[in-house]
Parts: sequence; C-alpha cells; structure tokens
Amino acid sequence: MRRYLAARLLQSLIVVVLVTTISFFLIRLAPGDPFSFTDFTMNNVVREQLRTQYGYDQPLPKQFIRFLGNVAHGRLGYSHSMQRNVGTVLAEAVPRTLLLMSAAIFAAFALGIAIGALQAVRHGSWLDRATSAVLMFFYSIPDFWLALMALLAFAYWIPLFPSGGMTDAVLHDYMSLGGRIRDVLAHLVLPALTLALLSAAGIARYQRSALLDVLPQDFVRTARAKGLAERTVVMKHALRNALLPIITLVGLSLPSLVGGAFFVEKVFAWPGMGYVAASAINARDYDLVTGTVIVGGIMVALGSLLADLLYAVADPRLRSR
Amino acid sequence: MPSPTRVSAPADRLAASLVAPAMAADAPSLVTRRRLTGTMWWSLALIFLLCIIAIFAQQLAPYPPNAQLDIIGLKSRPPSGAHPLGTDQYSRDLLSRMLFGARISLSVAMLAVLLSATVGTAYGLISGYRGGRVDAVMMRLLDAFLAIPRVLLLVAVLALWSPVPLSALILVIGLTGWFEVSRLVRAEVLSVMQREYVVAARGLGASGPRIVWRHILPNVLNPVIVSATLGVGNVIILEAGLSYLGIGARAPTASWGSIFFDGSDAFQTTWWIALFPGLAIILTVLAFNVFGTALRDTLDPHQLAGDRAR
Amino acid sequence: MADALLTIENLRTYFYGEAGVARAVDGVTFSVGAGETVGLVGESGSGKSVTALSVLRLVRPPGRLEAGSRIAFEGRDLATLGDRELRSIRGARIAMVFQEPMTALNPVFTVGDQIAEVVRIHAKASRHDAWQRAVEMLQIVGIPAPAQRAKEYPHQLSGGMRQRVVIAMALVMNPALVIADEPTTALDVTIQAQIIELLQELQHRFGMSILLITHDLGVIAETVSRVLVMYGGEIVEEAAVKTLFASAHHPYTEGLLAAMPKLGENRERLRTIPGTVPPPTKWPHGCRFHDRCPYAWERCLSEHPPLYQIESGHVSRCHLAEEPERRNHPHEPLVMHEVGGLGMERGGSGTGRGPRENSADRSARS
Repeated sequence: MRRYLAARLLQSLIVVVLVTTISFFLIRLAPGDPFSFTDFTMNNVVREQLRTQYGYDQPLPKQFIRFLGNVAHGRLGYSHSMQRNVGTVLAEAVPRTLLLMSAAIFAAFALGIAIGALQAVRHGSWLDRATSAVLMFFYSIPDFWLALMALLAFAYWIPLFPSGGMTDAVLHDYMSLGGRIRDVLAHLVLPALTLALLSAAGIARYQRSALLDVLPQDFVRTARAKGLAERTVVMKHALRNALLPIITLVGLSLPSLVGGAFFVEKVFAWPGMGYVAASAINARDYDLVTGTVIVGGIMVALGSLLADLLYAVADPRLRSR
Repeated sequence: MPSPTRVSAPADRLAASLVAPAMAADAPSLVTRRRLTGTMWWSLALIFLLCIIAIFAQQLAPYPPNAQLDIIGLKSRPPSGAHPLGTDQYSRDLLSRMLFGARISLSVAMLAVLLSATVGTAYGLISGYRGGRVDAVMMRLLDAFLAIPRVLLLVAVLALWSPVPLSALILVIGLTGWFEVSRLVRAEVLSVMQREYVVAARGLGASGPRIVWRHILPNVLNPVIVSATLGVGNVIILEAGLSYLGIGARAPTASWGSIFFDGSDAFQTTWWIALFPGLAIILTVLAFNVFGTALRDTLDPHQLAGDRAR
Repeated sequence: MADALLTIENLRTYFYGEAGVARAVDGVTFSVGAGETVGLVGESGSGKSVTALSVLRLVRPPGRLEAGSRIAFEGRDLATLGDRELRSIRGARIAMVFQEPMTALNPVFTVGDQIAEVVRIHAKASRHDAWQRAVEMLQIVGIPAPAQRAKEYPHQLSGGMRQRVVIAMALVMNPALVIADEPTTALDVTIQAQIIELLQELQHRFGMSILLITHDLGVIAETVSRVLVMYGGEIVEEAAVKTLFASAHHPYTEGLLAAMPKLGENRERLRTIPGTVPPPTKWPHGCRFHDRCPYAWERCLSEHPPLYQIESGHVSRCHLAEEPERRNHPHEPLVMHEVGGLGMERGGSGTGRGPRENSADRSARS
C-alpha cells in the first residue's frame, strides 16, 4: 500500500511539472508578450521598463528556470488585467470552480450509478433499451449548447432559477447566512446539473456493464442461496463490487469535467476558474492564463490521486499489497 | 475464424499455417470480418448522408453562406418559407450557413481524428512493442499528458495565437487527442504479442519492423477504429465550443460553432440561431456515437474504451 | 416415503434459448431422508447441478421450473412457495455449498461478515452475537485462530480454507439439509480428503441430511448411503451404495465404474465410455443412452425405458431389466459407427465451445 501511494505521488508530481513546462513554453512561444497590447496607449519606455521588471527580456531558458522557481514557491505572477497577483485571483476563483465541480460530480455519479444499476438489473427490457437511447442522446449534446438551452428554458422562459452568476448581484450581501447559502445553491443548480447530465450518461453506461459483469458471478448466487432478498443481493453484494471500476472513472473524468466546467461557467457567468481564464485570454493576460492552466492541471492530478486512494481503500485486495 | 495476418513472405506464411488452428476464439478482427447490425446500418447511413450534404453543400444551399442578403429587410428573421431556418443578424440565410457549416465541422473533425489516430497508434505500437523501460517511461509520460485538461490547453493555445487558420486548428486539436488511443493500442499490442503467430514469426526470424507492420498492426486496429469513430463526435463538439468562444473557426467562416458565436448575443430573441446548429451537432454526433458504440459492442463488448474526453 | 425430509417429484427445469428448449432436468423424482447422505452422480451435461439449484429455485432465467414439478420439504412445496417464505428457507433450513470456493465468496467483505450475515438475517441477531457465532463456526470447521481469520478477506485464505468457510456459512443456522454441489472438485486431492472428512464429521455432530452432487465415484463410495445416477436429465439408476458398486444394473453405471482406475489392475489404457452426452435440446427418442450402450437393441431406439425395479431399493432405467439375456451379447456402441473412428466428433454441444464459456453455460449443461 505504501509503495503504491509513493508511486502515485511521484506520478502526480511529474504531471504537475509537465503541465507547468508545457504551459510555460506554449504561452511564451505565442506571438507577442503581455506588454505588446495596443488597447490603450503606453509609452514605449514604460513598456520596456515593465518588460525588464517582469523578466520578459531574458532569454527563454533563463525565464523558464525563474518561472519554475516561482511556481515552486507559489508565486504565479501578476495579472495585469485584474491588477492583482495571479495567486490571489485564483485563490478566489478555484474554490468556486471546486464547488461547482463537486456538486456536478456528486450529481453525475449519483444519477449515473442509479441509472446504470437499474438498467443492468432490468437488462434487456424495453426500459433498458429506451434508457440507453436517451443516454446516447445526452451523450451527443455539446455542453455549451445544453447550458444555453437550460438557461433559456429554466431561467428565461420559465423563470425558476437565476440567470447567471454565483450570487444575487444586489441582495446577496444583505442576506442572512441561511439566505446567502440558499442564494448560492439556487445559482448552483442549473450549471451543476448541466455538467452532471453529460457525465452521467457515460457513467451510466459504464456502471451498467460493470454490474452486468458482476451479476452472473458465483458469489452473487451464494448471496441468494443464503436467503437474502434480491434487492439486498444487488445493492449490497453486487453493486459493491461493480462500484470499484466506477471509482477509477472518477479520476478519469476529471480532465473532461474541468474542460466542461469551462464552457458551463462561461454561459452561466459562474465566477470560477473557467470564467477567469476566458477573460484572461481576451486580455492577453499571459500570467493569469498560465496560472490557470497550471492550477487546473494540479487540480486534476490531485483529484486522480484521491480517486486512486479511494479505490485502494475500497478494494480490500489492494490493501494488503 | 479470423485469419491471422495478411501474409505473403514465405516465413510469415509458414508461421501462420503452423499456428492458425491453434488460435482459439479471438475477438473478430474488423479487418477480416464484419457483422453489421440494424443499428449500425442506419447510423452509418446517416453518417453517409451527412458527408454527402457536406460535399454537395454548394449545390444544395439556396444562397452563398456569407452573403448578406438584405441587411435591413432580412435581418434576424425567424424561420419562414423563403428561409426555412431563418436569418441571422447579418441577414445571412441560416440554412445555407448550416450546410456549409457541415463541411467545416465534419472535415475539421475527421482530419483531426485522423491525426490523433495516427499519432496515437504509432505511440502505442512503439511503447507496446519495445516494452521494458522504454514502455514504462512512455506510459508515465502518457499518464501525465492524460491529466492535462484538453479544453484548457486548447483554449490557451488558440486564444494566444488567434486568429488561427483552420489547418492549425486541426493540428492542435489532433495533437491533443491521441492519448487515449495510444493507451488502447498499447494494451492491444501487448495482447497480440502473446499470440502464437507473433511468437512463431519471431522464431522464424522475421525482423522487428516487419512484425509490427505485418502482424501486429492489422490486429490492433479495432480499438483505433472504435476510438476514432467516437472521437469524431467529440471533436465536432469541441470545435463547436471553441468556435462559440471565438477562437475556433473564425468569422466569416461558417462552422456550426461559429454560427452560434455570431448569434450568441441575443439568444433570447433569436432562438433559431441557437437551436439549429445545436440540433445539427446533436444529430451528427449521435450518428457517430451510435455507430461507434455499436462497433465497439460488436468487436469486443468487454472493451472499456475511454470516456468522453475533451 | 412418508418420513422423507425432502421429496422431489417430476422435477423439470428447462432453459429457453435461441437454440431451442434445453431440458436440463427432465422428470426427476427422488427423496432424501432425515440424517441421510444421498449422492447424485453424473457427468457434465447430465443435469445434476441444475437439479441441485432447482431445489432452492436458484435457477435464473432463461431457465425455469416447469409446472408439475413438486419439491416437498417440511410440509411445503418449494416449487410454488412464495418468495418471502422461500428466502426464509434458503440458508436456514436448506443450505448450499458450491463448487468453486475461489469465487463463491464476495471479495469485498470479510469472511466473518459473510457468515455473520446469515445469522443476522435469519435469527435477527445483533451484530455482536452474529459475529460470535461466526467465529464459533469457523472453529467448528477446523480453521485455526478463528477470531483472527474472521477478520480476513477471502483472497487471503487458501482454497481449502475458503471451502471450509463456505461450509461454515452453510451450517451456521443448523439446516436440516445441505446440498453440496461438487464441493471438492476444484480442490487439490489432499484437501479434497480433508473436506470430505469434515463433512462427515459435521454430519455426525449435527445430524443434517446431505445431498452430495459429484462426478467422482470415489467420493461417493466413501461418504453416501444411497446413490442416484443421472444421465440425460433423468435418473437412470438408484441403489444403496454397496449394491451399486457390487451389482450395478444400468450400462451407464457399469461404464462409470469400469472407467475408474483400480489399484492392482494391470491395464495399459483406461476404459472409457465412447461418445459424449447429447445436447439437452435434442434428447434422443427412446433410451437416451442407447447410442453409447454396448447392449442396445431395437427396442432401445424407440421405447423410452421407465424405471424398472430390480430389487427393493434398487431401480434402473434400462430395458435389460426385462430382457436380461441381452447382456450376453455386447457389441460396439452405435457412436463408433459414426464420423471418424472414435465417435468423438459426435455429440457435445454442437457449436464450438470457445474458451469463453462462463458459469452460466456450465450450469446449463450440468
């Protein structure tokens, strides 16, 4: 177990380094630099000063070393479009994305597991086939489109939910704690559900086949022979085994969730990482973009690590390794 | 029973004939056997239809896609007889734009996936065949690559280099989508290498590249084909999303995503600009997904191919 | 038998598949008395395992018990019993021991948990009490350091120990009948002996009846008092164990006995019964064994033999009971005249069996 953990940690570290390296080179290699913007006039002398100040006049390898050092110390740079440290901006944005993603993951897996399990138990019935068809349909929907439609449908045409943002722009600060929580939750529903629905389709399919693999196994028959009710047999004995591969799915679905969150955040104006990245890109705020990509990569790496840990805990066969 | 390889050289032929009877029920190789089910037929037909539409967009479209027909009279008109899908705020006929959009979206997706499939297969082949430390290192690297959120990276790259020509778009999307394929290929390579005909070929002195090309490659293509089919759907969605953000296909090029982008300001009133590209995407992606999953179920029901990765 | 614990009458379990209806168990009648050990013998495809599963209605669709089957146990008919009542019998009054200890236990629960679970659901015991009972059972089945072992997972135990756990699980509620489906087939020979010994010991101690399903005549000889031989979905012979070994009547039983290698015998090749079991979707007309039988004559092809009484307590499904002189004219069985010289190509399950046959296929055939 310990060896497994150590190996996984090392792997995560490599991922982070790789992400950092890639984002650095990509962004530095892009045409222009942060100080070549022409949106508003700036004295060229000042430009050069800023360039020197931020080290953009150094040769690339030197910049890279300096960059690595900075990242290792958590100094991700300065965002000129937000007039604040990148670290500060992200420190605000990341928890919001985490909130959205956690809600989405929770909903996606709850839905996906339930649907997949139901399908497996009713294997071959019309319900099974119809559900597969519907899931396939959802799987084919672009996330930003679903987000737009959801927004249109449930925020404009039928004003059930707020139309964007994370909090009520006007009243939030005046609410009680309970009110504020409810406010955020109300804003959370649509974007989280949108994200969740799309992942749930894939998860359901996975869960269905995982459970179908487990159900014919001998220990399931043993459970029935012991006199357990069918529901207990499925939910306690079979599902517990079928859930194991799903846990690996958590780790695997993280990169796509982060990506999906990006679009969904934009449509719903949820002020998380995706939203920040979008405006950073428009403003050619290199450091902020770099920081976002790096932090995104770290989040994914950590999330996978957690998922693997969870798997090791859940499967007793791994624990004694 | 699948035939083991496309053999011609004497050594290969001998190897194959010696061990062919020993081969038990392998998963049917797409290269040698096809068993199309009903679902596969209609989804394949749909894909074919869409390709035809894309190719003949010129002939089918009533108007040129970028023609601003009547900036005053036909601005943002809802669907009507003359314009079955309505017009956008530049008075361009949506139907025509959509038809040409099919061309862009489909070709970008297919070319990008082709690139991904090629790179991924090569990587998987090398990694699987070499084995040992080379394999271990390559796989670690791959795991790292897989952890990078594709969308984030693409957005960063495209935004910073924009405007980006379509070819660059294809290149970038293709180069970020090969990771899962290579993992699948490697797994398949490892399994194929265990099979008798490869061992026999090696025993008979066939060289490395020859073995890979003749014996291994044709038999590992199954997951690649499945992955590619499903990948086309993903890329269509991805490209649409990127265009919607303004960093994919650029105006005035009409891709289904950029049609969105053009109309994104006033969705509440011009619902048709949002609805139709979305439906087109759904339909197309659905066709590819259905075909791809049916293919996967036919070829190997136990294959846990990668989930929707963007 | 009026005092029989379990009486099975005309049990028919059919599987409905694309290839047709597989009549895996086709009219089986027998009973098991209290405290008795009965053996059910047959090769793969005879229907013995399906019979075992049918008692507790553990056969899954597309298999099902046909109407007219009757399974009388403690005053109730298990074939038509309601779900809830059936569940109260499973694991408590009738328990099963399965063939593969490797896969019969759930890998994600501890061994102790799995035994305790039986106690909790049937005796409504507390977690603590159930656990204690589980540890107790582990000791009874001969597992050293039971309190520790109970906290372990199946993959941490050897095959023999796992089978002991399965037996513990079966006996924990002191059932009246234990159905053991090939309990030793998947184990090493030395472990086999241990498990058989254990079963016998436990029977002495608890007095339950055992229905032992096996293809191994050696095990039968040592452990049971009465033997049922199955072939082609039917019982073809029933006798006390001594009688069976001394004077078996049915040619199939003869063949089985002859096939056993014997110490002191000087042979170069093992005797076999040529041919294979026909597919359960197409049982032959007449006697189902006729094509492999060295005594078969015209009557055997057309007339399906009933169970003839040979002596008290000894029946045989063979026309030789009425025409015993035919036994003096053995000949080459019919299969030998078919494709090839060995008759090996014929029969079996027709379509090629790939390496992916799963336990569902297996249970459908045996």
